[in-house]
Amino acid sequence: MSTPQPHPGAPARTREQVADLHFMDARYKLLDLAAFLDRLDRAAGGEDHRVRGLRAALSLLLEKDEGRVARILNLWSDPSVAPIEKADTKAASGVWPGLK
Amino acid sequence: MRYIEPHGHMVSRTTDDYQAMALAGCAAICEPAFWAGFDRKSADGFYDYFCQLTQHEPKRAAKYGLPHYSWLCINPKESEDMALAADVLALVPEFLKAPTVLGIGEIGLNKNTRNEMKVLEQHIALAVQYDQMILVHTPHLEDKRKGTRLIMDCLKANGVVKPERVIIDHVEEHTIHEVLDQGFWAGITLYPESKATPVRAIDMIESVSAQRVWLNSACDWGHSDPLSVPKAAQEMRRRGHSAAAIDRLVYGNPVKFLSQSPRFQDPAAQA
Repeated sequence: MSTPQPHPGAPARTREQVADLHFMDARYKLLDLAAFLDRLDRAAGGEDHRVRGLRAALSLLLEKDEGRVARILNLWSDPSVAPIEKADTKAASGVWPGLK
Repeated sequence: MRYIEPHGHMVSRTTDDYQAMALAGCAAICEPAFWAGFDRKSADGFYDYFCQLTQHEPKRAAKYGLPHYSWLCINPKESEDMALAADVLALVPEFLKAPTVLGIGEIGLNKNTRNEMKVLEQHIALAVQYDQMILVHTPHLEDKRKGTRLIMDCLKANGVVKPERVIIDHVEEHTIHEVLDQGFWAGITLYPESKATPVRAIDMIESVSAQRVWLNSACDWGHSDPLSVPKAAQEMRRRGHSAAAIDRLVYGNPVKFLSQSPRFQDPAAQA
């Protein structure tokens, strides 16, 4: 477990206090994610790029350093830098389709 | 508690929402022009929309004691049609004379296309020509990081735009630091499924110097919550932030940014 590094803008708090505030919220979200993966297992067909991206992000949750949210968002981001010629849809899917 | 809703699409909300926001402590609402959920076919549709934003909606908000301000543009989702964009941009200067218009917004990118970029450049030029502040929409999800960087490059390339007069909205954990480091204001949008939740927003607030950050709900016709700013304030209270720190974030910061327009009146100064 990493050494606590409180941010300047955050009131001091213990890990127990954080768990008291947010554990149940995190618990149900993790169970929802597990249920989603089970639901996928029961369904037919191949895996699309969004689910591949989600599975790729799971290992980042177990990394020890802070910044997991940013690392996941960066993983799912379009890495190109130039504007595209034309869009084929208005919507975004949540994960860059080129992610391997 | 008092707060400013600096980004709410009230044309899509019911009067019950105005009532709930007023009861929760909202002191003023700002409404940027946006996508209606479908593509408008002509500039006439935008003319009517700009009338709604500058004439009708302030009256509706006033019934609940709420000052209502607006920002004008053609949004990036409809910017692919360059001819339509040109027609709409030609309408904007007339409406900039309205007493409750604060600037150009929400402009930006959606899918990071060449046409969207061209229309963004035209909006920035218009803002410079009429000395207007700018409110920026950044793309959603996997397009956000690239789009945010393209937008900031575009703003800097103009050479005249002052970053402190621009707010770049919908930042998340992977974009907020770059936005603030380049001198812009950053908006954290509290959206139930995409963008940030109130809990994540306060995590971000605790990780940056929050002097140039505001929170907004961007409540619209989709799955959104017009009370998400006071809910984020409640999350700060749960974590032990002081009343002064909460007030600074949800009231003081938006007032500071918006007061760069002489049209914005600090509600506290009016009391």
